[in-house]
Amino acid sequence: MKKTTDLLVIDDEPVVLDAVVKLCSAEGFQVDTAAHALEGLKKIAQAGYRLIVCDIMMPDMDGFQFLERLAEKHVATPVIITTGYSTVENAVKSLYLGAIDFLAKPFTVEELLSTVRRGMKYQELSQSFNAAARERNDLYPVYVPCPPSYYRLGYAGWVNVESDGSVKTGLSDLFIKTLGGIRRIEFFEREEEIVQGNLCARVETEDQLIHNVLAPISGKILNFNETLSQNCALAEKDPYFRGWLYTVLPSDLEYELKHLTPCSSDRL
Amino acid sequence: MFQNISFKLIFAVGLAAILIISIFAYLNVRSQQQVLLAEVERHSNQLSETVKSSTRYDMLLNNRPHILKIVQQIGDDPSIKDIRIMNKEGSITYSADTSQIGHILDKKAQACYVCHAENQPLEKLPISNRTRVFRVHPDSSRVFGIINPIYNEPSCWTSDCHAHSRTQTVLGVLDVVISLKNIDAQIASAKFKMLLLAVIAIMALSGIIWFFVKNWVDKPVNALVTATRQVASGNLNYSIENVSSDELGVLARSFNNMTQKLSEARLQLVQSDKMASLGRLAAGVAHEINNPLTGILTYSSFLLKRAKDNPELKEDLEVIVRETKRSREIVKGLLDFARQSVPKKTKVDIREVLERALHVIENQLSLKQVKIVKQFENDLPRITADANQVQQVFINLIENGADAMGERGGTITLTAAAIQLAPFGILQVKKAACPKGHDLIDPAFKIDGLPSIRLKAASNGEEGFIHLHPVYGKPAHHYGIAIHRKSKFTLSCPRCNISLLEEGKTCPSCGSAVYALEVPSQGKLAGCTNKDCAWQYWETAEREGKKEYVEIKVADSGCGISRENLEKIFEPFFSTKGQKGTGLGLAVVWGIIDNHSGTISVDSEVGRGTTFTLRLPAEKG
Repeated sequence: MKKTTDLLVIDDEPVVLDAVVKLCSAEGFQVDTAAHALEGLKKIAQAGYRLIVCDIMMPDMDGFQFLERLAEKHVATPVIITTGYSTVENAVKSLYLGAIDFLAKPFTVEELLSTVRRGMKYQELSQSFNAAARERNDLYPVYVPCPPSYYRLGYAGWVNVESDGSVKTGLSDLFIKTLGGIRRIEFFEREEEIVQGNLCARVETEDQLIHNVLAPISGKILNFNETLSQNCALAEKDPYFRGWLYTVLPSDLEYELKHLTPCSSDRL
Repeated sequence: MFQNISFKLIFAVGLAAILIISIFAYLNVRSQQQVLLAEVERHSNQLSETVKSSTRYDMLLNNRPHILKIVQQIGDDPSIKDIRIMNKEGSITYSADTSQIGHILDKKAQACYVCHAENQPLEKLPISNRTRVFRVHPDSSRVFGIINPIYNEPSCWTSDCHAHSRTQTVLGVLDVVISLKNIDAQIASAKFKMLLLAVIAIMALSGIIWFFVKNWVDKPVNALVTATRQVASGNLNYSIENVSSDELGVLARSFNNMTQKLSEARLQLVQSDKMASLGRLAAGVAHEINNPLTGILTYSSFLLKRAKDNPELKEDLEVIVRETKRSREIVKGLLDFARQSVPKKTKVDIREVLERALHVIENQLSLKQVKIVKQFENDLPRITADANQVQQVFINLIENGADAMGERGGTITLTAAAIQLAPFGILQVKKAACPKGHDLIDPAFKIDGLPSIRLKAASNGEEGFIHLHPVYGKPAHHYGIAIHRKSKFTLSCPRCNISLLEEGKTCPSCGSAVYALEVPSQGKLAGCTNKDCAWQYWETAEREGKKEYVEIKVADSGCGISRENLEKIFEPFFSTKGQKGTGLGLAVVWGIIDNHSGTISVDSEVGRGTTFTLRLPAEKG
């Protein structure tokens, strides 16, 4: 059995490595670093990690290639992508390539820690989900996967195209489980525009961390779920139906759907 | 030189002229020669018949001295070279030249040969065979000889002398020789005249062709060659002037058109290239700055977290965190700017965009005590636009308005209305030329901040310039010289002096003379020469008819913009805000509105406020 370290940070910028090491160590995580993606791959081959934080723009191999290489090697370790070139395209692309989260540089301690915490929780959950699947103990679902007609951005947000042309978005059960207890959800107003891959809501959890929710689709907010804003527990109970976040009038649905993962592929 | 098109043309035409004229001259001279000889032949024949008949009687009487006398007398004529009568044996019996009498001619002699070529002499001869042209000496002039056989007749053998027997057919031959000297001289002179005419004709033809080829082919072709060289060397602003109206003129015009299109395309290319490299630069800068900012933000926010119990330290750290977050937003803005180069146009409701813009800067406005008054018309047509870019335009304009009002605050009035605009009074004439293609736009003389149209005017012996307002139908022209309706005046192109007045046409509203300008590829623009008359007619623009626009006005009650600054506000890096501004805000506004085929204009009064008026074309239907 390989020795398991909590976190591997891959970045060509020493100050970022130092900062992440310092902050995460203070939170009690064991942190390992790599100065470029190849070194990171080497370390992953030697030891096990619970979570990887990887930059996009690096010499030799960039973050996207790194994600592809991990997928080829069937490394299950979840990856959080971070970059100084934080465009919507980069965020969406990394989530599409299998990263679980996208963290724009520069980030604050809170942003980093909430993302890392979520990542750790995600890893735990997916591990126990796999263990449950192995034992064929389907009676006890670790989390509820999203309905097959839905699409998802990363694992966090889902989109469902309604019959009237608008779309409903919400948070996946897995994401809600990684958060822990939700204390409050900060919604955007009606009529506001949200952009795919950009912030669309903030979730404050019981541990006082604030988690950013990325919009899975662009468009104008037609409505937000007032019931959910009064009763946050609804999201935990029924994340895919009554626990929706927004109804949105999409601006370019056809194009953006290409960057989303159909939930039907989760059940293969 | 020999490859020259004009030389080739002249050579070809000259060759054709030489050929035609030589054939003509040859045929002409030959026919003249033939006519003259025929005439001589007729005369000589007559003469020889006359000699024959006048001597006949004496022959019958055998009055030899008398015959000789007649022969000599007739032979005295200077044009008659010789008259001889020979008997059957070839002995000369009578001759004008008495020394020849008694000579026996050889049968091979010129006069005898025709009949005596065969051994049996011929007796009857056609006239063409009885004549001969020959030279006595090789050096002497040509002579014409005609022989006339004297036939035997009953009275000859019945006469008293019995000189001739009955069996003889031909008794002898009368030979008249006439000098051709005069005729030869005439023919030579005719030949010379022909040659002279040919030379003169060829030279004149070549000269005329040279002149027209030079003016109609050489010059325009050379102008085209020069232009292509200029364009090849990269000068796309070069245009061919003095364009004629023939096919070469059409070619030159389409060449001008092509270079202009090329130049516009290149400008566009340079612009998008600039935007692309600016985008790359922004992306690079964003990436490079974000890394050190990560260091600052993480460490400072970490420190802040640990300094909860130390209020003094906490406050300072909060400043660092706040300012770093601000830097983060600036860099994000830079990245957004880099991405802005590709506008994403959709159908948008302008009111929504305005509301959203207000929402973004609402806090800022309330801090500055700025009151917003909204006057939005219902049922505004939608426009095709990049909502984010247009929102940026409004944010920039509203922020500028707020800045202009200082600390006291004030009111910003936003109006949005649907308007229908005829081209008259709206459309800007961006290009104007005289019929020869000279550019009439004068960028040095601006009216309302737009380059004017310059014309040359002369009246009462004075000369001056008239600058027309470039907006179609706006009568705010600038007359550098007074033009009196009643007196005679001229209006012409400042470059080539070609008249721009339309002959025989008068203004339908005031009856003054009318000028006409070419708007390249957009037809003709006619207008009234009367300073106080607004009549103008632009057929191409009128044909397109009215267009629907959404007009948005942003009016503030701020400090206003001075007249000299008004011209410069849309230029990049022009700022009156000192350290606070980048001078890019209005330049970006201008660029975005221009990208949306809209117009932007500004009215301002110092101390009273400024109004920006935007017009964006509405979605059709």
